[in-house]
Amino acid sequence: MTPRVRRLALPLLTASVLALAIAACGGGGGGTATEASAKPGEKIKLTVGSFGDLGFKPLYEEYKKTHPNIEIVESIAQFNDHHSNLVKRLATNAGAGDIEAVEVGYISTFTAQPGKFVDLKQYGLDKRQSDYLDWKWQQGLSKDGSQVLGLGTDVGGLAMCYRKDLFEKAGLPSDRAEVAKLWPTWEEYIATGKKFAAANLPDTKFTDSPGELFRAMVNQAPTGLYDAQDQIIVGTNPDVKKAWDLSNQLTQEGLTAKLAAFSPPWNTGFAKGSFATIICPAWMTGFIQEQAKDSSGKWDIASVPGGGGNSGGSHLMVPKQSKHPKEAAELIDFLTSKDNQARVFKEEGTFPSIPALYDDPSIRNFTKPFFGDAPIGQIYSDAAKALKPQHLGPKEADVRVAIGNGLGRVEQGKQTPDEAWAQVLEDVKKIK
Amino acid sequence: MSALPLAITRRRRRSVRHTLDVRVSPYAYVAPFFLLFCAFGLFPLAYTAWVSLHEWTLLSDTQTFVGLDNYSTLLADGYFWNATFNTLSIGLLSTVPQLALAIWLAHLLNRRLRMQTLFRVALLIPNVTSVVAVVVIFSQLFGRDFGLINWVLSWFGAGKIDWAAGTATSHIALSVMIMWRWTGYNALIFLAAMQAVPRELYEAATIDGAGTFTQLRKITMPMIRPTIIFVVIVSTIGAMQIIAEPMLFGQSSGGGGVMVTGGPDRQFQTLALYVYELAFGNATFDFGYASAASWLMFVAVVIVSGINFLISRRVKGGLV
Repeated sequence: MTPRVRRLALPLLTASVLALAIAACGGGGGGTATEASAKPGEKIKLTVGSFGDLGFKPLYEEYKKTHPNIEIVESIAQFNDHHSNLVKRLATNAGAGDIEAVEVGYISTFTAQPGKFVDLKQYGLDKRQSDYLDWKWQQGLSKDGSQVLGLGTDVGGLAMCYRKDLFEKAGLPSDRAEVAKLWPTWEEYIATGKKFAAANLPDTKFTDSPGELFRAMVNQAPTGLYDAQDQIIVGTNPDVKKAWDLSNQLTQEGLTAKLAAFSPPWNTGFAKGSFATIICPAWMTGFIQEQAKDSSGKWDIASVPGGGGNSGGSHLMVPKQSKHPKEAAELIDFLTSKDNQARVFKEEGTFPSIPALYDDPSIRNFTKPFFGDAPIGQIYSDAAKALKPQHLGPKEADVRVAIGNGLGRVEQGKQTPDEAWAQVLEDVKKIK
Repeated sequence: MSALPLAITRRRRRSVRHTLDVRVSPYAYVAPFFLLFCAFGLFPLAYTAWVSLHEWTLLSDTQTFVGLDNYSTLLADGYFWNATFNTLSIGLLSTVPQLALAIWLAHLLNRRLRMQTLFRVALLIPNVTSVVAVVVIFSQLFGRDFGLINWVLSWFGAGKIDWAAGTATSHIALSVMIMWRWTGYNALIFLAAMQAVPRELYEAATIDGAGTFTQLRKITMPMIRPTIIFVVIVSTIGAMQIIAEPMLFGQSSGGGGVMVTGGPDRQFQTLALYVYELAFGNATFDFGYASAASWLMFVAVVIVSGINFLISRRVKGGLV
């Protein structure tokens, strides 16, 4: 490349992406949602966009058997990328899938734009309301409640996963009922951590990093990062500050392995046993099983400190640009059906958002040998029943990033918790 | 009789065509580049400038003209200056050793060797490797708990270094990745220039008793001065635009934070990465502000390249 071209390359790239975006915006106009559906016999391709494996693959196969004219393609991107790409694609009216999975941290970002999504009521999916946990159903509605924009897949009822063998080595009880008794509150969780640390096991810390724990603690509170009027209340909500303080206490007591969730070293940490406990929303069990393949039987699950809460979970939405909204809606109905949510739970660990299943014996008595035959079904059913819904704001994810960076700065020894908190509040102020 | 005027007209016509051909067709030949450049270079550049004068986000339908507000906010934005510092620091740490090493490598290869081509091709291989692969591998090498580099350092009694956490250490790690990819490439360019230096000069110098290093300093460097200037400028520009390395390093180092902030303390967020964060890294998609940042970055690149041009021009040319 000539120097000039190289010099210009980045601004140009930025600008040309932008220019294309604008052009697409102007050209596309409003999408036509009520496009006539395909003629019988015509092959239809549905794209499902997601940020991770939602465990739908076997369901797609099954669906294709009954719907031979439907072809399903899944496209998976990294968590943040997936959601910011979706925002871009909605704004430019091009490129979005027929079905898009949206994680709960972003759901309000998208339900705030009802014009960009198909109202699933059109295809009769409002009939599903009675199936769902009420708050999960509400999360998928447009702000005024008049449109059904997304149907829930799973909920992330909280539990705490721990390494039985490491607890034994540290001289702590390892039976799940006794472990649960160790930490009715987060303060006692930290106290247990100190006991664990006192045993001085080499290369093993009590937990991975404070990030996901912070999220869990905030989610247990009646209100979180936003109030009901969609104002960010990070600076004034005492529950947020309390979660912040507790998280930093973990760091300062040296109880964390300083491994940020979902990073490659964190994955390695599973295999090497770098941490003895990890906050375990239902979907995390799938992760553990995948990352810690060799530690079958070493992990177990106990109840979470501090009471019920939800961390994670997703919705499926149909962008208006979809050419086959009817077929997409039908597929969503199938993927989120009671039976299929139960099936995905058994195979992947993501927990259903359909309360009728919580007392269903096949769920309730479900155990997994990987987790030492822990009564997963019972633990997560109880957790899901204890869930208190929390209002989530439109920039929930950005606020969490700002706070997560603050926790990271304390963990890396760059700042004291107070300095980090001051910077978090500054960063949060900038979120428009 | 009538044949003559006809021939003249024909000749005249031909000469008009000839003049046209000589005068116009060169422009026609280069036109495709300039047309493409206008469409994908100049226009976006100007458009970015226009956007930067607005309060302009991807999601809102209205754009308000705010004049230079974005620029003044930016100049008071600590994160912008932090990114500028990081960019300069990583640029300096990567470019200087890289060019010194490249000249040295080229110098070593600039002699009759067996399997010459093999060595030269080998130089280029790191450059052909995908940047993603390079960063992923190096992030593992620089891993805190199970990284090869910390393991080797532990033989000398060094403790576990958290490379991604520290400002200096993360800059070093990133510089190593950049050097890995670009040293060989620059060495090849230097080598090409060195081939043009007359052999007799070296022979004469050898007879005069000059060692390899003296020859490199007194003969090679002055003789390939234009190439050095070129490489310095191009590397500077490249270094000012580093984005993929810090972005992927943040993701794969486990230090927390998201990809676009370059560590929780933004300890290795470069300018280009900051522009990306503003434009695409959060749910706001603040294009106006990001455009302003990319224009300031453009200005910074021009300034730094200019300074480097002046410095490298002072390498003595010709033989004294």
